[in-house]
Amino acid sequence: MQIVTGNRLRDGAVIYFAGAGDWTPAIDKALVAEDGHADALLAEAQVGAPPLPVVGPVLIEVRREGDHVRPVTLRERIRASGPTTGPMTGHTALDANPAASGVDDYSI
Amino acid sequence: MYRYDEFDHRFVDERVAQYRDQVRRRLAGQLSEDEFRPLRLMNGLYLQLHAYMLRIAIPYGMLSSKQLRKLAHITRHYDRGYGHFTTRQNLQLHWIKLEDTPDILAELASVEMHAIQTSGNSFRNTTTDAFAGAAADEIEDPRPYAEIVRQWATLHPEFSFLPRKFKIAISASAEDRAAVKMHDLGLYLRKNEKGEIGFEVLVGGGLGRTPLLAQTIKPFVARRDLFSYLEAVLRVYNRYGRRDNLYKSRIKILVQSLGAAKFAEEVEAEWQATDREAVALPDNYVAEIASAFEAPRFDATPVDERALERTITANPAFARWMKHNTAAHKAPGYAIVTISLKPVGQTPGDCSAEQMELVAGLADELSFGEIRVAYEQNLVLPHVRRDQLFALWQKLDAAGLGSSNIGLVSDIICCPGMDYCSLATARSIPVAQRLAQHLSEREDAIGRFNIKISGCINACGHHHLGHIGLLGVDKNGEEVYQITLGGDAGDNAAIGQIAGPAVKSDEVTGAIDKLIAVYEKLRQGEERFPDTYRRVGQAPFKEALYAAR
Amino acid sequence: MLLVEDGRLSVDDWRHLGDDEPIPANGAITVSFARWQTDEAVLHLRTDKLGLRLPNTIAPQEIAEDVSRFSLIILNFPKFTDGRAYSQARLLRTRFGYKGELRADGNVLRDQLMFMRRCGFNSFVVGERAIKEDWAKAFGEFDVFYQLAPDHRPWVMRQRLSKHR
Repeated sequence: MQIVTGNRLRDGAVIYFAGAGDWTPAIDKALVAEDGHADALLAEAQVGAPPLPVVGPVLIEVRREGDHVRPVTLRERIRASGPTTGPMTGHTALDANPAASGVDDYSI
Repeated sequence: MYRYDEFDHRFVDERVAQYRDQVRRRLAGQLSEDEFRPLRLMNGLYLQLHAYMLRIAIPYGMLSSKQLRKLAHITRHYDRGYGHFTTRQNLQLHWIKLEDTPDILAELASVEMHAIQTSGNSFRNTTTDAFAGAAADEIEDPRPYAEIVRQWATLHPEFSFLPRKFKIAISASAEDRAAVKMHDLGLYLRKNEKGEIGFEVLVGGGLGRTPLLAQTIKPFVARRDLFSYLEAVLRVYNRYGRRDNLYKSRIKILVQSLGAAKFAEEVEAEWQATDREAVALPDNYVAEIASAFEAPRFDATPVDERALERTITANPAFARWMKHNTAAHKAPGYAIVTISLKPVGQTPGDCSAEQMELVAGLADELSFGEIRVAYEQNLVLPHVRRDQLFALWQKLDAAGLGSSNIGLVSDIICCPGMDYCSLATARSIPVAQRLAQHLSEREDAIGRFNIKISGCINACGHHHLGHIGLLGVDKNGEEVYQITLGGDAGDNAAIGQIAGPAVKSDEVTGAIDKLIAVYEKLRQGEERFPDTYRRVGQAPFKEALYAAR
Repeated sequence: MLLVEDGRLSVDDWRHLGDDEPIPANGAITVSFARWQTDEAVLHLRTDKLGLRLPNTIAPQEIAEDVSRFSLIILNFPKFTDGRAYSQARLLRTRFGYKGELRADGNVLRDQLMFMRRCGFNSFVVGERAIKEDWAKAFGEFDVFYQLAPDHRPWVMRQRLSKHR
């Protein structure tokens, strides 16, 4: 199960493809592609006249947990929820992804 | 310190205008990301995990108080109120918007700063000793040469599209505090038998996937020939450096594959064919640049050492800070102060806008308005009268900047890692924090100890050169840490040896404990860890780490 | 289409001879480096203008004796990030005294034009974008330079030293 993510061109914020040319910082609103449909989703995400609003769109693996979409890799969980340490612990660019989006284990 | 003249001012203004137009063209869709990426990188702008990251150049680590205040303003106004000092003496801001960057660069230009070539496949920041101009063991101040090289390297038309980045470091002291041997090209200031200044040139150092130390290719290049010789080295690299494989494209790979002797021959042949006089560096020009770095007018009034002694005796915390955070100065009555940006439990190298402003004020009051950035990610006030040290310490301590741990085990070099960096394979900051928390109480007993942590193989945390190095890697989705032993920066530079299988992140602290215990048991006298390691070998350490498994 | 050093656009009126094509008696032609090596004697007999297409893997040293034979040398940027032709250009202009037209071909983009010009290129193979995006402006973006280069623009060290005369 996959979604498309990248960074917003003008400010670098982490964004997710929500379909129909829309990008959102809220990962729970990302359009999820079931197996076999991921490539089509990535292609759809790159349709549009330059400049695309996103930089470097890629597919990432996710799981559903209730209403939430959770990335599988730690790297993507950090992108969704902010640094795990320091002055910006848990911060996300637009506070779009509350702690429920998956990084609940800040200790290692 | 160096002051821009009309040429420098006009140049950075032209650069800002050029970059502003490049951003406009990118946002208008006239430039693709592939076309724009090298252009923004040549102005220090990366795209990282959470946002754009701007790496601001701090040439050879020197800052005026005015510049530091501007950095504080920029972090507050355009970022999240804090910055990260790097292992190349630069400042990184991790929450930057592309659309703000032309204005940020304009603000930097207004205080004679920029972000030119802090990324990209050309010359990066030329670094030197953070104690330059103050240290007692200098042959000559290296900063004029660092400034001369910086200018020569700025938008060099022949060498702006090299196979890969190119990092230069200069040292002019008996002790190498600039880690010269880990650079693509290193310069040791030397005097020949006639007392003339020149440089020993070393090439081919670098960390990362293939850690190598730089080797001497020419024991003495006359100062006058500096540009022509550098150009010969770069021309050989530009021609023969590999462009087919990103991981084999640094000059160190070329030197390794040709051998240092053959590489030196190629450079010599190129240099002999060059019109050296056309680009000769004349003595009067060096003198002109050097005049900007004249020492401040030190106060020659004798310091009341007895009073200082009494203060030290009465204040053990201050005594400890003096012992670890101050170093001898060439001027009588003065000291070099290192401000630790490694308070236990905080992010190594981070500094808030408020702290920057405080340090700028202290620099004005007590250090002739000068600050330095050390590659160990700490700040330096280079010229403080010894009878001002107590007052300084009290103010630093009140602001959380009084950690007395320079060179000790909690003075960890640590890259931003996977909390920030898109290249990272594991987190590094939480590991550093836990180690510092665990070890700081014993750090005086442990003594000088350099732990260095990198969140990926690119080694921005210099883990190869740590007495103990930690490299964070991903193993099936889990963060694990490879331990290296016996590394060292400086004169006895050595690449650390891999100790064995990587350890899980919750095993790191225990592993470090065991290694330090072996060191404490086996060391003789004042031996540093690398010396003990060289003397007793790897076996006792490996055994301690892995025997019980 | 060509962009030339003063910012004008112009038409390329050279014939770029393929390695399998016979050498014509007349007309301005360029040949590949390989062709130059095999057919130098034949090419020597011609009187019309001759040009050379030099790959970025060949050292200019290889044509040191021959530069005066060419009215045009074309150097190549296979990708704009591949900077070998900058060194070739600078050496051709300085060490080997080449005085003819020096042209940049391949992945030639607006933001490298200034560097190319400095290294001695005086013409650039470009496409429609050069008109639409007014690439000629790139040549005027800087007038302060920190290095001596084949374009002989004043450089900062010389400018500073001459202020003291």
